[in-house]
Amino acid sequence: MLELRDLVSAYGPIQALKGISLRVEEGEIVALIGANGAGKSTTLMTISGARPVLRGTIRFAGEAIAGDPPHVIVARGIAQVPEGRRIFSRLTVRENLEMGGFLQRTRSALEEDLKRVFSAFPVLRERQVQLGGTLSGGEQQMLAIGRALMARPRLLLLDEPSLGLAPILVQHIFRIIRDLNRQGLTILLVEQNARAALQLARRAYVLETGRVTLEGEAAALLQDSRVRRAYLGEGE
Amino acid sequence: MDILLQQLINGLTLGAVYALIALGYTMVYGIIELINFAHGEIYMIGAYVGIIVLTLLTVIGFAPAHLALAIFLALLAAMLVCAAYGYTLERVAYRPLRSAPRLSPLISAVGMSIFLQNYVMLTQGSADKVLPLALPTEGIALMGAQVSPMQGFILLTSVALMAALTLFIRKTRLGKAMRATAQDRTMAALVGIPVDRIIATTFVVGSILAAVAGVMVALYYGSINFFIGYSAGLKAFTAAVLGGIGNIPGAMVGGVLLGLLESLGASYVSSEYKDAFAFGILILLLIFRPQGLLGERVPEKV
Repeated sequence: MLELRDLVSAYGPIQALKGISLRVEEGEIVALIGANGAGKSTTLMTISGARPVLRGTIRFAGEAIAGDPPHVIVARGIAQVPEGRRIFSRLTVRENLEMGGFLQRTRSALEEDLKRVFSAFPVLRERQVQLGGTLSGGEQQMLAIGRALMARPRLLLLDEPSLGLAPILVQHIFRIIRDLNRQGLTILLVEQNARAALQLARRAYVLETGRVTLEGEAAALLQDSRVRRAYLGEGE
Repeated sequence: MDILLQQLINGLTLGAVYALIALGYTMVYGIIELINFAHGEIYMIGAYVGIIVLTLLTVIGFAPAHLALAIFLALLAAMLVCAAYGYTLERVAYRPLRSAPRLSPLISAVGMSIFLQNYVMLTQGSADKVLPLALPTEGIALMGAQVSPMQGFILLTSVALMAALTLFIRKTRLGKAMRATAQDRTMAALVGIPVDRIIATTFVVGSILAAVAGVMVALYYGSINFFIGYSAGLKAFTAAVLGGIGNIPGAMVGGVLLGLLESLGASYVSSEYKDAFAFGILILLLIFRPQGLLGERVPEKV
């Protein structure tokens, strides 16, 4: 469904991605793990069109999408929940969701999608007239996911959904991700919490300073000694 | 009492015009953090288009007879022309510099301002352009003061436009997208908002408001020149800073306050220091409250 080949991207003179190749098949959850600064978020931002592609290709559903502006990529069916959630804090919860459905042309389609998101996240319905910035961290994460779902994506890019959340909320969010996947949504997941990510995903890639250093079945990576040492906090 | 009331009416009229122009500054700043120094020139071009259209309509014998319709046509023409100028300005002078250092678009703005002034001076001449027809002066008496028909027209039109703008920003899909883009441009793009188009729309809306202000000032004072955009632009910028730059209700409040202050200062202190009040306020604000009157931040949870 999604395939990156030798993708290179940079922030000014610093090459953040030094030739990344990865693929995501329809219906999968694929995890992208690695340390801070490894290029995980840059990978997602580059797929979304918010960072320039210097070299390499991105193909989605058979078409080359590198170079498309972000709104075109959303229209193609890729939505992102970025790191830190980036809720529009001075828009209401409902307005945040409406913006997520910005490309939905008809009023009735928008209303239908709102209903769907509200039934998935009842707390958002209760808080729909509140400003986004007044929600708690867990609620903001649900709003960010709901906002991305409003675009009716086929592929969801999730960047650090567990960041800054209490353990019980992390479990809740991961359950939501699993449910979304079971309903047919393909997911590319970036996570610091490598153990949880590898338990959830089918396959995974390990990123180190802009390169893929390991890839494979998530279950196998969970047993891999290098992964255990570097990302799961286990000794020899 | 009647002098005070009269000055309040004059100040409100002036303030309404400042507010309309200030909205353009504040909306553009809100969305791309740029002080669009060429915005005053858009207002000046609006005033020129208004006078040119009214002159044409007078020459063909249409104008004094159907005055209201003629003014309406002048407003419409100015709005269209200024919308086109605002759009082109953004496309030519600012969009290519979107990812450049912040100083670059600012310099570009100053350059466009100088260019547009000289362009109008060369094509229209440096002499004042005078309104070709006499407007009704019979005002309405109000507790010892007079509201002239033009003042009434300016006040009503401004209030209507500001109400329409508020509804547009708060309720429409495009207005909400503008607010979203102003808060987080990257995130707006990630939800599918075509950010460049939203920015262009912001310039167009601001330019339309400036066009109306320009035509109304041309009608109010009866004469204009290529330099009016400079001082009015600075005053409106002051008004926008006074209210809190980037804050839409702030620009409205700031414009009206500045108009009142200037008008009261001119009559009670000295009319020679009229401009000094405005710019004195700007200096004091920048020192003591750079965020402006309404420029407070909503607490944000992370």
